[in-house]
This record gives sequence, structure tokens and C-alpha cells, in this order.
Amino acid sequence: MTRVQLFVTCLVDGFAPEVGEATATVLERVGCEVAFPEEQTCCGQPAHNAGLADDARAMAAHNVEVLDATDGPIVMPSGSCADMFVHHIPELLAGTRWEAAARRVAERVRELTQFLVDDLGVTDVGAEGDRCRVVYHSSCHGMRNLGLGPQARTLLDAVAGLERVEPSQPDQCCGFGGLFSFEMPEVSAAIMDAKLDDLERSGAEVVVGGDVSCLLHLEGGLRRRGSGLRVRHIAELLAGGS
Amino acid sequence: MSPVRFVERARTAVGSEVARSNRAGAERLAELRDAARRAYPPFEAMRDRARRIRLSTLAELDTHLARFAEQVERRGGHVFFAADATEAVGYVQRVIRDHGVRRVVKSKSMVTEEIGLNRALEASGVDVVETDLGEFIIQLAGEHPSHIIAPAIHKTAADVGRLFADRLGVPYTDDPDELNRIARRHLRRIFLEADLGISGVNFAVAETGSICVVTNEGNGRLVTTAPRIHVAVMGMERIVPGVVELAHMLEVLARSGTGQGLSVYSNIVTGPRRPEDPDGPDELHVVIVDNGRSRALAGETAEILACIRCGACLNVCPVYRAVGGHAYGSVYTGPIGAVVTPALMGMDPWADLPFASTLCGACRDVCPVRIDIPRMLLHLRQVAAEEGTHPFRWVGPGLRAYRVAASGRRRWAAFLRLGGVVSAVVGRSGWIERLPFHGGGWTRFRSLRAPAKRPFRRRWRDRDGT
Repeated sequence: MTRVQLFVTCLVDGFAPEVGEATATVLERVGCEVAFPEEQTCCGQPAHNAGLADDARAMAAHNVEVLDATDGPIVMPSGSCADMFVHHIPELLAGTRWEAAARRVAERVRELTQFLVDDLGVTDVGAEGDRCRVVYHSSCHGMRNLGLGPQARTLLDAVAGLERVEPSQPDQCCGFGGLFSFEMPEVSAAIMDAKLDDLERSGAEVVVGGDVSCLLHLEGGLRRRGSGLRVRHIAELLAGGS
Repeated sequence: MSPVRFVERARTAVGSEVARSNRAGAERLAELRDAARRAYPPFEAMRDRARRIRLSTLAELDTHLARFAEQVERRGGHVFFAADATEAVGYVQRVIRDHGVRRVVKSKSMVTEEIGLNRALEASGVDVVETDLGEFIIQLAGEHPSHIIAPAIHKTAADVGRLFADRLGVPYTDDPDELNRIARRHLRRIFLEADLGISGVNFAVAETGSICVVTNEGNGRLVTTAPRIHVAVMGMERIVPGVVELAHMLEVLARSGTGQGLSVYSNIVTGPRRPEDPDGPDELHVVIVDNGRSRALAGETAEILACIRCGACLNVCPVYRAVGGHAYGSVYTGPIGAVVTPALMGMDPWADLPFASTLCGACRDVCPVRIDIPRMLLHLRQVAAEEGTHPFRWVGPGLRAYRVAASGRRRWAAFLRLGGVVSAVVGRSGWIERLPFHGGGWTRFRSLRAPAKRPFRRRWRDRDGT
């Protein structure tokens, strides 16, 4: 049995605990033993993207220390945070006493769908859903920096009851951009509107994504529109029917 | 250029008619590029080679520049190295004065926009006419380019029709072919009367002292050959070592910019007219502009000088698509503009440009020389934070508090309990429709689900217990 460390991300911890639980459920269903290191907090990406390197370094170092004290794959339900651990944190902590630990952790970090498909070779987690039409939203950092997208589509296609459609511009950003969505809300919302138009036109009933960050932004925009389109994290669909 | 910051300009641009037609143009160019890429698989390897050519040239830029200058002079041309915009403009004005020039024709050039050449020449009483159709349009309209290769991309045919009717006294039409004919008729006469032509330089060849000007309209050919004096203005990074590299870069440039295999005209000028030449200018002046490039070359953003000004990054950028080019306030727009502008001109007053990005990385996907633009944006954000020019002053204190909350299990758990309190206040709807302070930016356009009553870590404990 593979023992995995679950890094839930700060947004899942504080806003979407059900996504963390679903992630654990899916991992257990494919035969993993799931551990949750309780000292984990936020990886520091918000500070890193804001140009506040010292703050980012402090948060990154704390979590690197926590995770480096554990063993096995570190799985997270977020492409963006995984990208932070894999690409940015080793650079941020280069030349500090956490340098080696950051590199070790980077080697072990996996986004959920990447871990399932690429590492475990699982393409069907045996999930069942209500009959519905879904559209997958590729979040940028996971898609461009970790090559995510194909894994999620494969897994969704195996979920009984789901029909998957594609938007016309699947690789367009949703406009979230972290603090960007607060700093330049008009621009963020204009990009979101183009995205939501595209997702609505796809004919889907549910938008599925791999990052709670983008999903909070999209669901908030859909609610303002009074749209019937709902939003789910992929872990929730993969945990369905258990 | 403008004291109004990106944030304010973007706010008014979003949703406007101008931004909409700017978006349509950008999406069209992005589709053309993508179709060309799909139709021609070797393109990806060509980009790798283009990157190698650009980076190795930049690594020995002084050598290549010296060789280029020597070759130009050997063929009878004049070379002037301008340290900044003032020197560059001053040199061109001297040439104009020395020759009693009254009318100047120009082909498209971003660097002359950068140094404000038109304004300076017009102020000294010289008649300057832009001959690239897009530049001609924005000159008539009194605007700045909104796109690196398509300066009037934000204008519809109807806009241009009204502009021509108003400024040229022709009957209104929105037929693009007819508008083209009007511009051509108008410009042809001016070409023949001009004493001096000013062109930009897409690439300068060190080996031969040649300059290459790429156009789709043929106006570059007229500007560089019809008048008796030709002044070519180039950023000092426009160098390629030899003609073999030139050929490669021309193909990569055209495919990235417009999806063409090559631009319609690749005009290569080597020295002024020789005695045996049937035509060409009697004098050739090449103005090589530094204007911040040496400083950029020595810093973390050096790679940005590898840019070949194709505009591909603009076309795919979600921010550029949403706000259009003018919101950037700089002559260089989009992701490349957000790096190049502060890199060349300093953070003040451009510090908010590096923040005008979601860091989605679409720009890096299409860059012909694979410049890691998001990395440079992040670097410039760090510079802004260090220099104290960070445009969002509330972010620093906010994140410092967050950093404290995220420094350990107890503080983090306490922080999450605050979320539970908020959730209780929000009540049964489960949605926050109005946040105070800077949170208002979010809730103006989006609802926010209330934080979890019980965060994941507490639910996990309960689950573990059972």
C-alpha cells in the first residue's frame, strides 16, 4: 500500500474542506494510505506572485520543513500549488538552509490527477456520477508548467454517467490570477466573462476544475450571472458513488 | 508618457467598443499564427534555433555592433550611436536641418515611437507622414499604436472610413479595399515629393552592414529608396550576425506575427546608392539607439532584448485582449510591453505594468524566441516591492499578516477559526456579496462562498477519530 502525504492547500483547508475529503477518498479508493501533516499551512504563492519574496520564502520554508520530515509522494488537489512546490520554491529557497529540502520536496510533489494517471497508471477510479454534462477547465499553471489536462480528461471520461464536452478556447485563462483578482478587478472580471461565455456555450451543466482558486472565482461569477452552470472540483466527481 | 496609471486606463477601457475591436483583431492574428504552426511542424524547432541565435548574438552584442557599424561605413553610410532618445532625435534633426528637408516619409518603426521622433520633428516644423497603413491611420487620428505590428488594430473599417472622410475629404466608405486605395492614392504623391525617408529596422546584419525592413505593403521599399536621404533608426539589439541567421529570423518573425511563411516584402538595404545603381538614396544614416538597453542587458531582464517584436504574445494575452493596447500607456503594449517598458524606462511611472498579468503563461507558449515573460514579470514585481514602487500598497501589510498566520499549526488553526466566525455571521445563504476594503474588488463582480464552518483539518480529525 502506497502511503501518501496529503497537502490540501490553504484554500481547501479554509474554503472547501469537502474537496480535501474527496481527495483523500479517491486516494484511498485506489489503494493509498493517506496521511495529513497537520503543520502544513500556505505554500506562499500569493506572496511570491505579489513580488514579496521574503514573505514567500518564509511560508515556503515552513511547509518545506514540514513536508521534508515525511515520506512518500506528496499529493495536492491543485496544479497551481504543485507548480509552486515543483518550480518556484526550489528557486526561492536556493542559497538558504532549506535548499536541499526544497529540492527533495519538489521531487515528491504531485498534483492529484497527475499522481493517479502518470504515477499509479490509474485511468478509471470506478466513480459514478449523476447523469450530467461536464466541461473541464484547465487552470493555467498546472496546464502550462506541469502538463496537466490530459490526465483529468481521461479520468473524467471513465466516470459513469458523465458526458464531457470541450469549450471553444480550452487554454484561455479564467482571469483569476490570485491577488490580481483584487488588484485589477475590472480586468479580472472582463477575462472571467469571456471565459464564462465560452463555458456556458459549451452546453455543459457542470464546470470541473483542478484548482479551488479558479473555481471560487468562476462560481462567484456564475452566481452573479444567475447562471444554472455549477462548479465542482475534479476530486469531488472522482469520489462520487462511494 | 501618460500620468494616468494602467489600472485607471484599464478600468475605462474594459468593455468599450475600442477594446472589443482590439480583441477581435488580436484573436484573428492569434488564429493565423496557430494555423501556421499546425500546418508546419518544424516551426517548434525553428523557434529553438531562433532563441539560440538571439541569445548568442546578445552575448556578444558589442562585437556585432562594431562590425555592423564598420560595414555600414565601409559602404558609404553614416552610423550614429545614440545613448538616449534626446541624442537620437537630435541627430535626425541635424540631418534634416543640414539638408533643408521639409517633407519626411516614414515606414513603421516602434523605436521611433519610443523616442518620440514624430512629435519632435513636427514641433520643429517638419512635415512627417507615416506610410504604413496602420500608422497612417493612427497618425491621422492623433493616437499611439495599440499593437506592435498592427498599430490600428483597435479600429474598425467604419472608424477608418469616418476618419478618412473627415481628414482627407473623401466620401465615406467602410470597404477595406476602397480604404486601401484611398490611402495609396494619397500617399503615392507624398512619396515622390519627400526629401527624406525614415525607416525602422527589423534586423541589422553585422556581416554585411545591411538593414532589413519587413512590410506587407511595400511602403518600406519606397521609404528607403525614393527620397534622396534614408535614415534608419534601430534599437541596438536588432542585430543578427549574418545573412543565414537573417533568413531564419525573417521566417520565424512572419510566422509568429501573422502566420505568413514570409512577409510580403523583406527589403534589404546595403549602403547608399552606388554609382552603378539605377536608384536608391544618396545618403544613408543609421541611428543605433541605446535608451536603456545597455542597462537592461546587464540586469535580470536581459533576455527581453531577444524580442523580435512579432506581437504574438499580445494576441494571446487575456489582459491585452480585455483592455486593448492603449491601456498600457506605453508604445510597447501587452506582456512584452509590461516587461520592456519598465526595463528600458525604469519602474517609475511604469511599476504597475508588471502587475497587469494573471501570470497565465500564454505569452511564453507563443514567443518565437521562448522568452519566459512570466518569470520577468515576477522579477519586476520583486523589484517594485524592494524599491517601494509596488503599486498596491495594501498588499504588503496584508501578506505580512498572512505570513504570520501561516507560520505554524496553532496560528493557522486560529486563523481558520476566524473563517468559521465569518461563516456564522454570513448565515444560511452561505454567500458573501459584499466585502469591505480591498475585498470589495472581488465582490463587485463576484460572490464569494463563505469560509468553511469547520476547516478541513478539524473535519480530518473527526474522520480519523471514527
